[in-house]
Amino acid sequence: MSDFVSDTWHYYVMGLVILSLLFCVWILASNMTRRVKGPVTLHSHIWDEDLQEYNNPLPRWWMWLFWLALIFGAVYFVLYPGLGRFPGKFGWTAVNQYSAEVAAEDAVVRPIYEKYMKQDLLAVAAEPEAQAMGQRLFLTYCAQCHGSDARGAKGFPNLADNDWLHGGSPEAVKTTITHGRIAAMPPFGPVLGAEGAKDVANYVRSLSGLAHDSLRAQRGREAFAANCVVCHGPEGKGNVELGAPNLTDKIWLWGSSEATIIETATHGRMNQMPAFGERLGEEKVYLLAAYVLGLSHAQAK
Amino acid sequence: MQTEATYDYSVVRKFSIMAVVWGIVGMLVGVIIAAQLVWPELNVSEYLHFGRLRPLHTNAVIFAFGGCALFGTSYFVAQRTGHTKLFCPWLAEFTFWGWQAVIVAAAITLPLGLTSGKEYAELEWPIDILIAIVWVSYAVVFFGTIVKRKVPHIYVANWFYGGFILAVALLHIVNSAEVPVSLIKSYSAYAGVQDAMVQWWYGHNAVGFFLTAGFLGMMYYFVPKQAGRPVYSYRLSVVHFWALIFTYMWAGPHHLHYTALPDWTQSLGMVFSLILLAPSWGGMINGIMTLSGAWEKLRDDPILKFLITSLSFYGMSTFEGPMMSIKTVNALSHYTDWTIGHVHSGALGWVGMITIGSLYYMIPRLYGRTEMYSRKLITWHFWIATIGIVLYIASLWIAGVMQGLMWRDTNVDGTLKWAFVESVKASYPYWIIRLVGGTLYLAGMFVMLYNVLRTITAGRPVDAPVLAPAAAH
Repeated sequence: MSDFVSDTWHYYVMGLVILSLLFCVWILASNMTRRVKGPVTLHSHIWDEDLQEYNNPLPRWWMWLFWLALIFGAVYFVLYPGLGRFPGKFGWTAVNQYSAEVAAEDAVVRPIYEKYMKQDLLAVAAEPEAQAMGQRLFLTYCAQCHGSDARGAKGFPNLADNDWLHGGSPEAVKTTITHGRIAAMPPFGPVLGAEGAKDVANYVRSLSGLAHDSLRAQRGREAFAANCVVCHGPEGKGNVELGAPNLTDKIWLWGSSEATIIETATHGRMNQMPAFGERLGEEKVYLLAAYVLGLSHAQAK
Repeated sequence: MQTEATYDYSVVRKFSIMAVVWGIVGMLVGVIIAAQLVWPELNVSEYLHFGRLRPLHTNAVIFAFGGCALFGTSYFVAQRTGHTKLFCPWLAEFTFWGWQAVIVAAAITLPLGLTSGKEYAELEWPIDILIAIVWVSYAVVFFGTIVKRKVPHIYVANWFYGGFILAVALLHIVNSAEVPVSLIKSYSAYAGVQDAMVQWWYGHNAVGFFLTAGFLGMMYYFVPKQAGRPVYSYRLSVVHFWALIFTYMWAGPHHLHYTALPDWTQSLGMVFSLILLAPSWGGMINGIMTLSGAWEKLRDDPILKFLITSLSFYGMSTFEGPMMSIKTVNALSHYTDWTIGHVHSGALGWVGMITIGSLYYMIPRLYGRTEMYSRKLITWHFWIATIGIVLYIASLWIAGVMQGLMWRDTNVDGTLKWAFVESVKASYPYWIIRLVGGTLYLAGMFVMLYNVLRTITAGRPVDAPVLAPAAAH
């Protein structure tokens, strides 16, 4: 145990614990009077007219309960950590208990994962049993952001369609889950100004055939060419290398209203998918990737 | 030496009335957040969101309702068992207005989202300082009154009140050490796991000293008074008082089982929580056995019903608590509604009922009467509250155990059997029953308010004359 930087603390804690236990032992031992025959004595002190106290002995069962608890405590401190950095006779630690439980569980489930790891990811994606397992993993680890049906929410991509911000190949999806993704849309407010942002928003809406002001869209086209094409491409079709969304496909991560697009262009967006590789291990990532791809393949059919 | 002097009841009256008022306010907020769990659409604005109302509920019931009751009864008990007036009455008056200012400040800042983020210690630093000032003043008045007493021995109720006042001062000042960055924002002086440890050392001792020791003080005066019987055992009160004081301080880490807190600290918390069962039950035994030889009084004295039932709930929750502190049990119960059920069996059952019973005893005496306006309404209050508590805690026990079992249930492939949201869905029926239970308890408080108002309007504020101490022997 390396909780203490100096021995002083070890002895301090140990001393206090032992002192507290001994105090309880002493106060209990010094009050173990025998049961008295006949009427119990009433203390002579009287407060507030009629408040008085009997001096009954401690109830036996209660006294033995107290002794039992104290003995249990003392034995526990010999067997388990508790007295400063004394590790206890059993050498128990929470980390060891956790590792043992994980190892026991792993021995049971590993063969199931190994079977799938040997198969091609797309083949796993087509297997109903693996999909059911993948869904259960998804509901535990992914549903908080992407939703129970994997259809996402504002700012959280829909995984059940066939549109991929960072690529939809098995490798790309595995990479996304393992290492996470960071996609930043920089703020263009200072460059575009309020009017400019509105123009660009109208142009962006025109790309996917949404209602727009054509005069503004025309002006926005120039601003788009000057500022946005680096990431979103000259035709606005996006770039999976950068995670820049395709703006022509009627799929919106943040929303398609003029106001929302103005907000996106003005203030930018910062989006992060956390890395799950270390936490889940490659087997679970494999099944999750297969599940997610299975969803969009089912959609494609 | 018969004196013309009278006890200082004015501040006691104020605290007693406000205990009833804040009880209703705090429990109303509790009912609202219970309803928000059943109907999430009731989270109508950021100011009335569950996340902001929940700390308002806990602060209001613990510190406003419980706090006013403790201030009021302790001033009453210290004077009557010391046969003397309050020490420094103007300072006592200050503690009343100061404490009300703290409560109002909490009711404003918490819905505004101003919080230090520490459970049961959410209030920001300027309010923390006010609390510290009021609390030190409280200590001066209380201990000053004890020093002034006209009898040689300090009555047992005062030991508990005294222990509670000292410990809460220590807990509040240490846990609230923080670095202010603006008038409305501060950061804890501690970091990481130490911050968590200090927080739960505070958090559990708030239960141990505020909600247990303080109310045991109340119990030791009002139970023998209402029963008209001597306390069962002086010896038992000595043993359980000192054992309680020595062991409670260690129990905090059981709130942090299986976390980053070092193993030895967790074990300490668990062992001392288990040992604590005995000292806690000592108080219950002493209270309930005080009635031995007069059990028949329980049949038709509704105030005694409140007091004795509160002790049964005290015994129940102080058995449940040590059990839940065992690591293996805690692995199931932690983070579930079982914890909420446990807290409310203590809060509604023990703290609520002992307070209600004590106030029913005390209020008529503060207004020159011998009894409350209606005894029947007290009986009604008792049954409404009892049924409310039973519904509340039973439903959350079931919900909690169910949640714990669902969360750990796995399939053969190692995946979880239930998505988290499934356990939420399964909890709805129990949350509805809990809402009904909480509403009943609140309804009982309205019955009490009516009864109190009728009692006050029928009487008038009377300060009883200071009694000469009975001749010893």
